[in-house]
Amino acid sequence: MEIFVQQLINGLTLGSIYGLIAIGYTMVFGIIGMVNFAHGDVFMLSAFIALIFFLILTTWLGISSVVLALFFVLIIAMVLTSLWGWAIERIAYRPLRGSFRLAPLISAIGVSIFLSNFVQVAQGARNKPTPPMVQDVIVLFQGESGYNVALSYKQIIIMVVTAVLLSIFWYVVQKTSLGRAQRACEQDRKMAALLGINVDRTISLTFVIGASLAAVAGTMYLLYYGVVSFNDGFVPGVKAFTAAVLGGIGSLPGAVLGGLIIGLIETFWSAYFSIEYKDVAAFSILAIVLIFMPSGILGRPEVEKV
Amino acid sequence: MNAPSITTAGQTQAVTRAFDLGAALKDSLKTALIMLGLSIPILAYKTDQSGADLFLTPRWGLVAIICAIVFGMRLVLHAFTASRAYRQATPSSHQATEPVHAEPSAFQHVSKFAIPFFLGVALCFPVIIYLIQGGLNESRYWVDLGILILTYVMLGWGLNIVVGLAGLLDLGYVAFYAVGAYSYALLSTTFGLSFWICLPLAGILAAFWGMILGFPVLRLRGDYLAIVTLAFGEIVRLVLINWVDLTNGGAGISSIPRATFFGIPFTAGEGGFAQTFGLEFNGMHRIIFLYYLILVLALITNFVTMRLRKLPVGRAWEALREDEIACRSLGINTTNTKLTAFAIGAMFGGFAGSFFAVRQGFVSPESFNFLESAIILAIVVLGGMGSQIGVAIAAIVLVGGPEILRNLTFLQAIFGSGFDPNEYRLLLFGAGMVAMMVWRPRGLISEREPSVILKERKAISGSLVKEGHG
Repeated sequence: MEIFVQQLINGLTLGSIYGLIAIGYTMVFGIIGMVNFAHGDVFMLSAFIALIFFLILTTWLGISSVVLALFFVLIIAMVLTSLWGWAIERIAYRPLRGSFRLAPLISAIGVSIFLSNFVQVAQGARNKPTPPMVQDVIVLFQGESGYNVALSYKQIIIMVVTAVLLSIFWYVVQKTSLGRAQRACEQDRKMAALLGINVDRTISLTFVIGASLAAVAGTMYLLYYGVVSFNDGFVPGVKAFTAAVLGGIGSLPGAVLGGLIIGLIETFWSAYFSIEYKDVAAFSILAIVLIFMPSGILGRPEVEKV
Repeated sequence: MNAPSITTAGQTQAVTRAFDLGAALKDSLKTALIMLGLSIPILAYKTDQSGADLFLTPRWGLVAIICAIVFGMRLVLHAFTASRAYRQATPSSHQATEPVHAEPSAFQHVSKFAIPFFLGVALCFPVIIYLIQGGLNESRYWVDLGILILTYVMLGWGLNIVVGLAGLLDLGYVAFYAVGAYSYALLSTTFGLSFWICLPLAGILAAFWGMILGFPVLRLRGDYLAIVTLAFGEIVRLVLINWVDLTNGGAGISSIPRATFFGIPFTAGEGGFAQTFGLEFNGMHRIIFLYYLILVLALITNFVTMRLRKLPVGRAWEALREDEIACRSLGINTTNTKLTAFAIGAMFGGFAGSFFAVRQGFVSPESFNFLESAIILAIVVLGGMGSQIGVAIAAIVLVGGPEILRNLTFLQAIFGSGFDPNEYRLLLFGAGMVAMMVWRPRGLISEREPSVILKERKAISGSLVKEGHG
């Protein structure tokens, strides 16, 4: 029972990180129908940006309050990662509109390889541990065998930040003109263009939003695990993509739901079955969902137009 | 950085407008500023570790150099687009206007001589190297490099069947390579079977796995297919790592038996290769034998592919690549067509895998990660999907290129003694894949010969070939 509650907390924390990344996949797929394979590496890059700025703020500028430092780090990482997202779309994806169908995916694989090796060359191949940021825990209750069920401040910060940013983002997509333009482009790009929506700009902004949410995920990842390396983008990226597919690709609540489910499955799988095969479980879910349930939980079935 | 807006503006106004230096400078400055923004934390500060603590080393000089390079490149690009727009506005009289032209194209002229030339070089390679280096032992490095390149040529040709001909993007090709390698490693170490029995077995097993993995993904198309094959490839690798009883886990299988010359081992003693043929013993005999072995395997792959393209199944593959729905309405069994493509592609992957195992004498799961799949895919994509000679050239450039760069000492003089081009190899691979998709989505050799010829040969321009809808 204690283990179950503890794993539930851990799973939800991990799931919120996956959910944040998954939104980037699902939005891009919704609007231009491509799998942005490089999104996982954008996430990794943002974790590095956050790490470097955390070090700058704490050691050079002498900000002693960790929460304040984290707040600034979050904002800077979001801005700079958005710039990366924008630049990637501009260089690698925009020229390919109207090219053959697999071209954007191949280009995205190229960007993914480029980004992870760029970080490796620029920052070195070793794991980068951060100084511990937030360490306090709240003991929720103590089990009979002396097993403490703990909720750490880290986990609270991650869940609160995720919830707040998701609601801001939800407001943007549902209520603002940008969100309307985005949803219009998703339904019919040509028609949206005819009605005077700047489609290129809307697509760019989609990438920017996706990248900034990935930056939130990256900062939270760094806070949670305290270590990051250049090849940390691939596996979380694939898992987040699994989450997006499971929730129904193109559906925003689906991405968050899928993220939480994947996070829970992963932690419970590690706790009750085998930790070695946890990635196999995630990859198998991806294959099974794509084969048997390609429209996911909340997605609309894809209609094939000839 | 690419800017379509400039190109289109240039095309409409280029006749009257000269190169606008002011605007170009302004735009280049903007690009350089964006580059500065991109490089601020990640390039400007390097995180180094001393003990348990990380500290930052500023590298603003590097950032300045890179921004300057980006600025310069952007300016050159502006000048180039302006001049190209001018040229396009005044077309030359020789410019081909129709994409299908009856007389053989320049590529066909070249390929008539290039293919026998490449084949000749490949056949005589060890001899040439022997003469240049002046000794068997001295030529070892180059023959090893030749083997490596040919392995990738073979893998590229194998994947070309799936990606280039059938239009199914397979990101898990390395799984079949792994199946082949582990088949030989396990069969030979457990049952003591010889390489010549294991080679066909490995191919059959890999083809079998191709069918097993191909079967569930038949309904998927395009991106989804690619992602599921990626997942399968990763699952195979993770199982190889974790199934310690069978595969010895991450430690891998070592002391795999060496290849024999059709039963005669390459040993120094009684009954060895050197003694049987009355030669002086030299370890290089085995290496040269391996070179010819992989050359023959690669040529078989090529030959089979070329023949298959002319068979109904090969034509069905290409039809499937062009349009799956049309294919189905013409009565082609897409299930069988896709499965044969997967199985045959996988079979050649399996052959290459068992060659890899016999050459290395050691296999471990780390040799079969996603990056390997991506490299093979990069070879196929850069070579021009569907073009055999293009794949071979791409393999030589992508695999041999970095090795040659490493030996150029003047590069070390420029970039410092710690410069290792291999570090930048994958960086360039990634950038190359993007550049290729942007500028030449059909690959280096985009023009291809039609598989079936009616009356006379015609070259089909790559821009007419619409593929990848499967």
